[in-house]
Amino acid sequence: MSAATTVIAEVEIPISERGPSPRQVIVGYGFWLFLLSDIIIFSALFAAYAVLSGRTAGGPTGVQLFHRDNVLVETACLLLSSFSCAMMSLAMDLRRKAWMAVGAALTFVLGAGFLWLELTEFAGMAAHGAGPDRSAFLSAFFALVGMHGLHVSIGLCWLVSMVAQVFTLGWRPMVMRRLACFSLFWHALDIVWIGVFTIVYLGAH
Amino acid sequence: MAETDAQHAQENDLETPGDAADWKSGLVKSLMGLAASIVLTLASFWAAGTHSVWGPGLPVLLAALAIAQMGVHLVFFLHVSSGPEGTNTILALAFGVFVVALVVFGSLIIMANLDAGMVGMDGLMRMQR
Repeated sequence: MSAATTVIAEVEIPISERGPSPRQVIVGYGFWLFLLSDIIIFSALFAAYAVLSGRTAGGPTGVQLFHRDNVLVETACLLLSSFSCAMMSLAMDLRRKAWMAVGAALTFVLGAGFLWLELTEFAGMAAHGAGPDRSAFLSAFFALVGMHGLHVSIGLCWLVSMVAQVFTLGWRPMVMRRLACFSLFWHALDIVWIGVFTIVYLGAH
Repeated sequence: MAETDAQHAQENDLETPGDAADWKSGLVKSLMGLAASIVLTLASFWAAGTHSVWGPGLPVLLAALAIAQMGVHLVFFLHVSSGPEGTNTILALAFGVFVVALVVFGSLIIMANLDAGMVGMDGLMRMQR
């Protein structure tokens, strides 16, 4: 009898018969669906930008306004913050609070650096009379890039809250699920930024 | 009884720290993702700044580089896999990509069509005469 049960235990159970998934898989999947809906919102803004990018109403064009060096530094900030965010997830797997804090601090500094560069760029454009009210092109530009910047700032607030939760509540499953969702959110923002720098900044004509 | 044990095992799965081998493979995966992203980003910026790429082909090259980099991010950072556990994730992703393509290309085609059919200022003036 016991031999028979051992044999059954060794057979790999098909995925359809394994019962409900663990909680972190379900939470991750739900958050993944949210991210996809968020990316669909971005796609509408990308479509608006693509349609309106030539409508400058006699105002400045993208080539005159954008500085590629600035964009390259912004991209580097986001890319490295994505990597430090992955390091933060690894620190969570190992339950190392100090490493998690280092990863979070790096992610925060790089994310804040990105936001600072972006806001300086926006302020410079607005000061030269190229604000969102100048032309349809600039309205679409500020809507799309500003929406991404808004997501990054929300992400930074979330990151601070996650560090506080790890240090006050400890490595509870609830906290770790939230941290895993934050990591997904941050990497998804980087994917949106790839679209932004390719279409808006490098595709400027 | 067996069912509750299985549930406990699932709940505890989060509470046991990963071992060193997991950690190393995770680090290697992230480093590979970072290296690939850096190469693809620099290639994009180089292609956009240089004149050695045939002009009309440039948007296609930039699009290819961007899609490749998005793929790198999905696999190395978001850990989307084609394994049996990733089926739902992949299906949702496929639907998301479909809707995104529909919104973007649909808007572009419809707006270009409307734009082509629109009567310009000169046309309006001529009609009023």
